Amino acid sequence: MPTKPTGTLYRGKTGMWAWVLHRITGVAIFFFLLVHVLDTALVRLSPEAYNEVIATYKTPVIGFAELGLVAAVLYHGLNGVRVILIDFWSKGSKYQVAMFWIVIALAVTTLAIFAPRHIANVLSHMSEGGH
Amino acid sequence: MVTIETPRSPRSRKSANREKLAWLFMRASGVILIVLVFGHLYINLFTGEGIKAIDFAFVAGKWADPFWQVWDTAMLWLALIHGTNGMRTLVNDYSERERTRKILNTSLWTVCILLVILGTLVTTTFDPCPDTSVVDALPQFCNK
Ligand code: HEM
Repeated sequence: MPTKPTGTLYRGKTGMWAWVLHRITGVAIFFFLLVHVLDTALVRLSPEAYNEVIATYKTPVIGFAELGLVAAVLYHGLNGVRVILIDFWSKGSKYQVAMFWIVIALAVTTLAIFAPRHIANVLSHMSEGGH
Repeated sequence: MVTIETPRSPRSRKSANREKLAWLFMRASGVILIVLVFGHLYINLFTGEGIKAIDFAFVAGKWADPFWQVWDTAMLWLALIHGTNGMRTLVNDYSERERTRKILNTSLWTVCILLVILGTLVTTTFDPCPDTSVVDALPQFCNK
């Protein structure tokens, strides 16, 4: 028995912060999803209404916010796989810290590939005068 | 010293089995959502001109193919139910009064059901060539 309190899988240290981030990103994605179902439903109203609203997704400010959203989805999805492995794989909890850093590395790498392309699309759309 | 109730005791025996199903659903839907959501982001934001190319004609082009109709409808259901059930966990964790907890959870599932219905109507009754529209907002294949 340890004499001082130490971290457990979900208490203190890496495992807890992985969980906190999973929770925050899950909530953020949920609220975006509510808006996203509604804005997509505009295709049923009229092509013009849809195009007008979807144009806001192409503005620089929202365009940058989308990077945050993609980062949140990447983390939540990849860490979700980590959670599933902890629950179902016999060695899962032994390697949970290593798996956390693998999740971070994969998310950062994917974002690094996606971000330049996305920013280029947003900025060129702006310099062409939008629409 | 704060005493905390034994966390493993369920609210009631009856709901214990439901909680296990919910727990399993979060994991099963998570595995499928990885494919559906990552694929969705890859096709819509990464290939071609990404966000720049998205407009009515783009969506119409995708939903002219039953493959993407099925993809998007499955993603809609799974993401909404997974997200709502996840939010239910948070409400159960943080709400202090039983009444607040009930009201919040009922609201969550009401919104979930309404959006599942709305979204499903959109993906299944979609018309790529509505004749009420100005022609140049439509995809090219509509031109008479
Ligand atoms: C991309 C694939 C996804 C995977 C692999 C995934 C995986 C998971 C898993 C395994 C859990 C359960 C965590 C636990 O019980 O400890 C979870 C919780 C959650 N997920 Fe997802 N998820 C995904 C997408 C989404 C989406 C699209 C949303 C929003 C609509 C979402 C919102 C949530 C929320 C709010 C929770 C509850 C968080 C908590 O209890 O702390 N997830 N996710």
